[in-house]
Amino acid sequence: MSDSIKADVRAFVVESFLFGDTNYDLSDDTSFIEGDIIDSTGVLELVAFIEERFDITLADAEIIPANLDSIAKIQAFVSRKTTPAQAMAV
Amino acid sequence: MCGIAGFYGRLEPNEAHALLRRMTKALAHRGPDADGVFFDGEVGFAHTRLAIVGLADGAQPMTNAAGDVEITFNGEVFNYVELREEMKARGRRFRTSSDTEVILQLYEEMGADCVSRLNGDFAFAIWDRPRRRLLMARDRMGVRPLFYARRGATLYFASEVKALLEAPGVEAEIDPFALDQIFTTWAPIAPRTAFKDVLELEPAHLMIVEGGRTTVRPYWKLEFPDRDAARDMRSEAVVAEELRALLDDAVRLRMRADVPVGSYLSGGLDSSIVAAMAARISPDTLKTFSVTFDSAEHDESAFQAEMVRSLGTRHASIACRTGDIAAVFPAVVRHAERPIIRTAPAPLFQLSKLVRQEGCKVVLTGEGADEVFGGYDIFKEAAVRRFCGRQPGSRIRPHLFRKLYPYLPNLKQQTPEYLAAFFGAGADDLDDPLYSHRPRFRGTAAAKMFFSGDLRAALGDYDAAADLAGRLPADYGRWRPLHQAQYLETVFLLPGYILSSQGDRMAMAHGIEGRFPFLDHRLVEMAAAIPPGMKLKGLVEKHILRESTKDLLPVSINARTKQPYRAPDSQAFAGEGALDYVAEALTGADLEQGGLFNPSAVRKLHQKSRQVGLSGFRDNAAFVGVLSTQLWRQAFATGEVSQNSHEVRRAHKGTSHV
Repeated sequence: MSDSIKADVRAFVVESFLFGDTNYDLSDDTSFIEGDIIDSTGVLELVAFIEERFDITLADAEIIPANLDSIAKIQAFVSRKTTPAQAMAV
Repeated sequence: MCGIAGFYGRLEPNEAHALLRRMTKALAHRGPDADGVFFDGEVGFAHTRLAIVGLADGAQPMTNAAGDVEITFNGEVFNYVELREEMKARGRRFRTSSDTEVILQLYEEMGADCVSRLNGDFAFAIWDRPRRRLLMARDRMGVRPLFYARRGATLYFASEVKALLEAPGVEAEIDPFALDQIFTTWAPIAPRTAFKDVLELEPAHLMIVEGGRTTVRPYWKLEFPDRDAARDMRSEAVVAEELRALLDDAVRLRMRADVPVGSYLSGGLDSSIVAAMAARISPDTLKTFSVTFDSAEHDESAFQAEMVRSLGTRHASIACRTGDIAAVFPAVVRHAERPIIRTAPAPLFQLSKLVRQEGCKVVLTGEGADEVFGGYDIFKEAAVRRFCGRQPGSRIRPHLFRKLYPYLPNLKQQTPEYLAAFFGAGADDLDDPLYSHRPRFRGTAAAKMFFSGDLRAALGDYDAAADLAGRLPADYGRWRPLHQAQYLETVFLLPGYILSSQGDRMAMAHGIEGRFPFLDHRLVEMAAAIPPGMKLKGLVEKHILRESTKDLLPVSINARTKQPYRAPDSQAFAGEGALDYVAEALTGADLEQGGLFNPSAVRKLHQKSRQVGLSGFRDNAAFVGVLSTQLWRQAFATGEVSQNSHEVRRAHKGTSHV
């Protein structure tokens, strides 16, 4: 599951924000902001993608770099949100 | 106000005259009223004239009474009346009523130092035959352009590069480092231009070629007070009064012309002040001009109408509709002569056309007030970033970023954490000399992801921002933060983009001369010494300017928060703006041939712009930047147009008996 989350997010980021540029050195931990991959509009596009693809809803307070600023962070966040026991603990 | 060109070097007479003719033709738009050439075997000057002062007797190139000093001059010396009276009192006689002769005679008295007495916007070349000295000079702020190229033993110069391209050996090739600079700081960093091996004489600089040596040196510098200097204890009221007196005088001098002077009127504070002052000097006859937009986020017509009512000017406006920007954009790039990352010059191109149609050829504008009095959002943004940086992690402080950019809807929806992250609050080094501009440079440079592998390889580890930081004066680090930011705007972006791509080149495309009261150097010097807190007071920009002009404007205009002048970027090329040339430039074979960009990424960018639209800054900058670079190549370096002109040029060059 976690690998497929990462793969989905990576494919979206490469296609939408890097315009298919596979030369970009995008690791799971690359910061989208520091790597100049995403701007304020991009965040909203990213949120829309995550909500749609993983069938979850993000509260405003969840839209923070700690949850969304790299492939690994999104994977961890989505896993938490989609695992009922852990979601309740949040 | 005109176009100038010329050379210094040995050319055959036939070749020289043919070259001067071609240069004149290339600059015809700058001077539709007359033209002239000078050639003495060693030096050649060309001039195309837009007649504004000394209509009957101001023809150029002009020779002094002794017949041994020659000048070709583009621009205006606004204090020429006072200078002439002074010189007459010293016993000098004048043959003409022109400002050109004032420079010529002042040069005879003072040599190259004559520039220190000129209050004006100028670029000129003087050939002093007895000394065998060529002097070139450019005004302090960079209003008027001057480019040059050396090929072999010959130096060529011109108001626009297109005239230099007529010279033997001067070819149009993109300078990759200039492209990197444009895709970081929005403009080439002078003396570099978009054209490889073509330079510009920097603002406030002189060039002297004499005795086989070339010297380029500044004759004026923008300076700010040391941060530890004794505090200016004058009250706001005293400063405001002094400012007002200088501004009144700056406008008065700029109303001098033997033809009617009009005024741009955007509806914002700066042009409203200028128009109001001009209306006092020309009551009932002042013509004002403005652009309106379909899109509410760009349009200011309600404020324009209010000012027209308040001043009673004779007003004309032009609507910039969907599709208009795309229709004129290739011409805009041809005139700007450099890739640009925003479309904002395009509506000004349309506006200068309107001014021409309305029978006016000189306009005052409010340009420069934001640099001089601290009006730009980037100044406030830097202040807020510093404020947030003092308490990293604050959830309250980053909300101020939203207040800064009410016209950017996407920011409203961001959490404080994201706002802080986007603006580098807390992360950026507070001692960085480019602190104020880091987010802009970073955000723009992100568009370099579309650069091709070849272009990246050519650039190596070149860093345009570091290059810029390396050009700052020694005292810069001792200035207050607002003053550092003002310096970056005034010395780099103002001449590199605002006064050139958006200013001189767009106005002169239709033979219109812009005049800028806020850039009178006396006012610039006075404003530099005003304490930062009087310019940016809290988050109120240009506070002292508002104070000093309260009596001139309706309260609604005086109290207006700055609405930055913007035009639709990639959206301008959608719908009716989706013209064939756009798709061709962004998806066609030329993209690959140019080798500058990654074709598949650019195609996807184009596709996204058509399907869902581009909303982020980076993607819009990339779209307009790539498109304008492609249009630049078509206009100057490749394609049918330039192949034809190469053939024409070759024919000229090869035939010395024309």
